[in-house]
Formats: sequence, C-alpha cells, structure tokens
Amino acid sequence: MIAKLGRKGIAVVTELGEVTLFGLSSAGSLFSQRHLPEKLIRSIYEIGVRCVPITLIVGLFTGLVLGLQLYYVLTKFSSESLLGQAVALSIIMEIGPVFTAIMIVGQAGSALSAEIGIQRNAEQIDALKTMGINAKGFLVSPRLYAAIICFPILTAFFDIVGIFGGHLTGVELLGVDGGAYWNRIYESVSLTNVRDGFIKAFVFGILTTIICSFQGYFTHTKASVPGARGVSQTTTRAVVLSSIVILASDYLITSFLLEK
Amino acid sequence: MSVETLIIRGLSKRFGPQVILDAIDMDIPLKSHTTVIGRSGIGKSVLLKCISGLLKPDAGTISLSDESRDVPPCSYMFQQNALFDSMTVFENVALPLREIGNHGKKEILDTVTDILSKLDLENHVQKYPAEISGGMQKRVALARALITGPEIILFDEPTTGLDPERKYSVFDMIRRYRERFGFTVLMVSHDVPEVFEISDQVAWLDSGKIRYWGSPDDLMSSPPEELETFLHPTLETTQTSS
Repeated sequence: MIAKLGRKGIAVVTELGEVTLFGLSSAGSLFSQRHLPEKLIRSIYEIGVRCVPITLIVGLFTGLVLGLQLYYVLTKFSSESLLGQAVALSIIMEIGPVFTAIMIVGQAGSALSAEIGIQRNAEQIDALKTMGINAKGFLVSPRLYAAIICFPILTAFFDIVGIFGGHLTGVELLGVDGGAYWNRIYESVSLTNVRDGFIKAFVFGILTTIICSFQGYFTHTKASVPGARGVSQTTTRAVVLSSIVILASDYLITSFLLEK
Repeated sequence: MSVETLIIRGLSKRFGPQVILDAIDMDIPLKSHTTVIGRSGIGKSVLLKCISGLLKPDAGTISLSDESRDVPPCSYMFQQNALFDSMTVFENVALPLREIGNHGKKEILDTVTDILSKLDLENHVQKYPAEISGGMQKRVALARALITGPEIILFDEPTTGLDPERKYSVFDMIRRYRERFGFTVLMVSHDVPEVFEISDQVAWLDSGKIRYWGSPDDLMSSPPEELETFLHPTLETTQTSS
C-alpha cells in the first residue's frame, strides 16, 4: 500500500517535471522559429477568434444568471443598489477568467491536444525531427504565445458581456435603478481588480496550453492504448487536467493577490 | 580510390528487458542501395530510427570512413508517408526549406517546382494529400525527402499497403531517382525477393544481430540454411515456426 502510494507520488512528481521542461523548452524555442508572425496569427485565429462566440454566449448567460441570483440575495438586505458592484467584481475577479479559460480549453485546448496527438500517431512529429525542424517550436510555441495574448482579451470580452448581462436582468427586468448599477461599478471596480483578473487569465493561458500540448505530444507514451482511442484518452485527460489546474491555480492566485 | 562508407559499430538498443539491437556492425557503401530484411517486429524500423537520430541508441557509433567529414543528415521516408494533411503538396515539400536555413521565396518556389516536375507532380501542386492517390503520396514524401539534397535517405517499408503493380512502380521510382540524384538508400522492406532487384546489398536482421550481409544474387543463389525458411516460406514451415 505504502509502496503503491510512493510509486504514484513519484509518477506525479516525474510528470510535473516533464510538463515543466516541456513548457520551458516550448517557450524558449519560439524565437528560433521562422515565419513567426504568420504562425502567431494562425494560432491567434484558432485560440482567440474561434472562441469569441462561445465566450460571448457564456459571458452573457453568466451575467444574466448572476444578476438574477444576486438580486434576490441583495433584496433580503434591501441592498439591490449594490447589484452592479456585486456582479462586476464577481465577474472581473473570479468568474470571468475561470469560465473563459474553461471555455477555451473545451474548444481550442481539446482541439490542440487531439491535433498534436494525431500528428504524433501519423509520425508527423518524427518527420519534423528528421527534417531538422524543432517540433515543439513548430507546433507548440506559437500556440503558447497566442494563448498568452488571447486569454486576457477573451476574458475582457467575457467581463464586458457578463456585466451587460447582469444589467439586463437587474435593471431591465427586475427594475434596479440603471444609474445606481453603473455608478456602483464605477465606484467599486479598481484597476487593481481588472489587473488581478488579467493576471489569472495570463497564468491560465500558459498552464492550459502547456498541459493540452503535452498530452497530445506524448500521446504514444501517456495513453494506455495506441491509436485513435489513445488520442481520445489523452484529449479527455488534457481537458480534465486543465480544468482542475484552472480551479486550483485560481485558488492559489487569489490567496496570493488578496494577501498583498 | 576506395568507396566511402557509413560505418556503424556496436549499435545497441533495448526497450526494458527486451534487446532489440545487439551490438550491430554495418559498413554501408555510400551511393548504394542496402535493404534490411527480417521478420515483423524484429527491430528493422528501430535500426533506421537509431541511424536517423529519432531514437537514441544505448550504445554504438555511426561515422563515415572519411574521418574529415561528419555523418551527413539523413532524410527519412515513413511507412505512412507522414505528410501534413492540412498542407498542400507544395507546402509539404517546401516545409524543410521554409523552416531551415535562409531560403528566399523565389528560391523555394523554384526548387520545389523543379523537384515536383522531376517527380511528375507538377499538376498536383495545390492539392492536399487526401486528394491524391497513394502512389502520388509516396512521390510527394520522396520529394520532401529529396528537397534538401540529402546524401542518405532511409526508407521504412515504402511499399506497405500497395498492390503488386504499385509496389513495383515505387521500387522503380526509388531506383530511377537514386540513379538521378545519387543518394544512398537504406531501406527496410518485406517485399522479398522483389526488392532484391533494386538492392546492391542485403542485410538480414534476426535476434538483434545482422545474420547475413551480402549481395542479393549470392543470397538467392546460395542462401544460408537459416534464411531458407524466411525466403521461401511454406504453410508447413510457417506452422512449425509459429
């Protein structure tokens, strides 16, 4: 039993080390890449542009629900006027970065992991190596830097639409004063809050892209079965691990930022 | 003047307790065609991957007889071609030039157009691999392997899944382009004895060792006893060995 736990522990630590080295070597090989702007633009399209609709839809509905829930809670304390502040701070500091990251992982992260996994199975990664091309630099690093750019921008979109969603429910449907809603936001949301949300988005972007790429890149060693089922296994694992890491790192970052 | 050779000494590779390559020695004359034969799963592809650098051997050295030169980079043609399915034929072939070295757009266009026309692919430049036949895909993979002007090309079962006619056309293609471009071929193949027609040397890999090394003519005229079953299997011998 203890030996089994020990083996599991060693495996987890080993994998953490492998992921870290993979991330560092991917990040480091960006500037040796040829045609960097072209690759970066393509990756920004894949990770950023294609995720805009889902981010806006989820952002809107999150704002709508948040406006509804918080209105009934605040009504109990006759504090409906605080709705704008409550919605905005919840979205900007917590829900925006976390939900956006989870949505991007669901759409772009899973696609990234599956694509790299299929490339591994089709020997395309080996082909890159025999051509003398840095496979991690070619496949991963443009996506990593695209994620660093896209995650905060999409989070900003989510925040704006979410706050409007809250306005729709609170002001338009439930009759909270519109002036009070916006004024509370203006008074309570500081640049520090916005910055903290962006720090989270930035960190989530790095972590999830590395996890998804790593799972795909090593699908031949990480999956218990080869072929299509192996890719499906590592893609699922990429999404699950990324989601857990988003929530765990959110807790850590929040405690660190609140401590300050 | 002696023929320059690729010298492989003591090449060993194991996966866990299983020894795949056991101190392999080979002297491969450059600009020749060497075919490695052997049973499935015996380690032929592992041998190619160790030579190409895709796998790190546990022990052994690879060098040239001309000690003043380093071993030139090898191109590799994969069993399933390993073409990028989201890139066109042109983009696939141009990839090594675009990513390595300082080649201008015009130079890449000229070089790729030239090699594609030499391989009769000039009418399929903008097609995706899925839109062309298996034989054409082989030629695209060969074009990509040739584009950097390699001295050595490693072929990993290039005729897998092809019918006898296409198989011969792939062999013919390799023979013609080797004569034309003068590269060294090291090929893994199961197509015995057809592949002997284009081979200068044959190596038989068995139990991690090269058990036979010689010309295909010698092999066919007086095969060693232990190779007889492999070269001329019958239902009876197959049942006995399995």
